Amino acid sequence: MIKFSKRQLKTPKMQRPVYLVTGGMSKFGRSIPEKRTEELVIDSFVEAAKFIDKSPAELKEYIHSCYYGHFADHFGDQLLGESVIHDRLGLDPLGNIGIKTGGATGGSTLWEAFKAVASGYSDCVLAMGWERMDEVPTDEGNNYIASAADKDWETPLGHIYTGYYAVMAQKYWQVFGKEEDSFRQTMAEIAVKNRGYARMNPHAQGPMDITVDDVINSPVVAYPLRALDCCLMSVGAACAILCDEKTANELTNNPLEIHVAAGSHTLRVADRRDMEIPLLPNESEDMYKDLGDRFPGGDRYPGFTGFLAARMAAYYGYRMAGVIDPTEDFDLVELHDAFTISDIQTYEDIGIRPYGEGRTYVESGDCYLTNPKTGEPGKLPSNLSGGLIGNMHAVGATGIMQAIEVGQHIWGRWAEMHEPQSKWDLFGRSKPDDWTNLQVDDAKRGLAISHAGVGSHVTATILVHPDHQLERNES
Amino acid sequence: MSTNDRGTVKVENGRYRFKGKFHYGYPNDPIRNEDGELMGITNPRDLTHVHMYGGEAPFFEGLGQGKLLGTRCDDSNCEANGSIFIPFRIHCPDCLSKNTIIDMTETAQKGATVHTFMITERTGAFNTLPKPIRFVNVEFEGVPTILMGYLSVGEPKIGMKVVPIFNTTNPTYTILDLSWVPEETNETELPEGFTFG
Ligand SMILES: [Zn+2]
Repeated sequence: MIKFSKRQLKTPKMQRPVYLVTGGMSKFGRSIPEKRTEELVIDSFVEAAKFIDKSPAELKEYIHSCYYGHFADHFGDQLLGESVIHDRLGLDPLGNIGIKTGGATGGSTLWEAFKAVASGYSDCVLAMGWERMDEVPTDEGNNYIASAADKDWETPLGHIYTGYYAVMAQKYWQVFGKEEDSFRQTMAEIAVKNRGYARMNPHAQGPMDITVDDVINSPVVAYPLRALDCCLMSVGAACAILCDEKTANELTNNPLEIHVAAGSHTLRVADRRDMEIPLLPNESEDMYKDLGDRFPGGDRYPGFTGFLAARMAAYYGYRMAGVIDPTEDFDLVELHDAFTISDIQTYEDIGIRPYGEGRTYVESGDCYLTNPKTGEPGKLPSNLSGGLIGNMHAVGATGIMQAIEVGQHIWGRWAEMHEPQSKWDLFGRSKPDDWTNLQVDDAKRGLAISHAGVGSHVTATILVHPDHQLERNES
Repeated sequence: MSTNDRGTVKVENGRYRFKGKFHYGYPNDPIRNEDGELMGITNPRDLTHVHMYGGEAPFFEGLGQGKLLGTRCDDSNCEANGSIFIPFRIHCPDCLSKNTIIDMTETAQKGATVHTFMITERTGAFNTLPKPIRFVNVEFEGVPTILMGYLSVGEPKIGMKVVPIFNTTNPTYTILDLSWVPEETNETELPEGFTFG
């Protein structure tokens, strides 16, 4: 049984508020052979500058230090790739640092950038993330990704990372999904939804117009996971500019307050010891008293079914921003849908639903822009970008892409960034005839979750329109 | 790569003694598009890394001898005192004192249960396990951790009783020397080189 000290559970308190000023992203693809990584990075930076009507040179004048998220050096076959990028962006001699936390690298990059501004070290920072996973064949890519598991205890087992997560999926599927067809259907709905939303996103690599049956009939990867339950492997870049209040207001008239928190858990799931469930502000101990009765085998926490790192990122992050109930307090979320079933697990870890009831977030229709059951706006639309399943998972860029997507909704500029025919043409993609504006009406606050593999690292990035801050309990 | 001059290493007087070849280079080739334009190059190479097991060496040696070793925190001031760790942990994650190595073979032979599992046809480069791979995550009586391994006989099921088998004939000195089979599996059904220890 693991216990945490009070000091460890302290709500992070920053020295000053931090704002997201702008962000941009490149095209995402399974492979982009015509461009070097630096070119994709520059594409995203130019988009970020343009978004606030600045030239790249003008925006660069504000930047004081740089945070680079790039997970897998061996994919790029270049150590200190961050220095290459920094030089090509013409940002020497500013201080810069590389950040790598597996699938959560993008979110962790924002975390570092956020702290640099909050501490007063810098008034304006660049958080830039990218990944290049197309320069080795897929089976070598699988081996490289599997190298992020424990090299002595896990990697030799098949050299296949999906497998290390799939054992968790299996446990959740049997204990909480009870192997029900209806649960399988719900998983598939997520894949259909996210690929469908990706159709409206010119950056997206995996748009598809599919049905639940298509997902359920797609090839088995590791039962119950099928090909269409799984996220993409991608190339691309995304960046964000974070500032203190004064600098933010010099750069734009509409900065968004940003909070970033992080949690972690053992790299090997094998090592996870039992503990009491750390409660989120909208939960009580009573809620979980009979969890093991309702879901036999589900009383071992976090076991193989909960992501403690996600729980802790929300635990710190919600208290930093004054969030009580994520469904009420947020207007949209971008979640790390590496797999449909891990998406459901995350709904519980971050308190959108209590443990054991994640599926109802989908089944109620709350996760849609328009609830298909009621025809009314969904309570908390998720992954309107298409997520990792429909848009991309260019690891170092993913968490940053998610935050920018959430930001574009709060800024009310989602359509402007996704509709123009010129952008579809530039990326060589054809805009669907039924293109639909996915802008969330009147979005004020949103959340992005960035997550590594079996849950070794997770960050929660919360964006808040400054006119719509939540009351914070300073205890 | 020819294997007769493949690199080997010994440790003598606390220093590595390298013998043979550890890396092989090859000329690169251009990569062109359908119009014949240069897009990039290949970067071929073979290389051998060296990796030390340190305090975990007894575990990997033990597998080839038919033993499953774990560790236990015996620090009476530690909250985790008495906790058994398998995967083998050199130090207690709570108090960081050096754990005691304990033989878990009998515990594993008597009461190991499949906590969860997965079956896949997909593997990465360098995989040596036969496909489909069947991972099993094995729970032991009185142990807070759950060990990942692979099942060599039969189909996995949550709650099924399994026993360890070991590659004692021709050990690789990796985690692959440990595998699992359903209780009451016959010795003749075991994969080549494996025994019950
Ligand atoms: Zn201890």
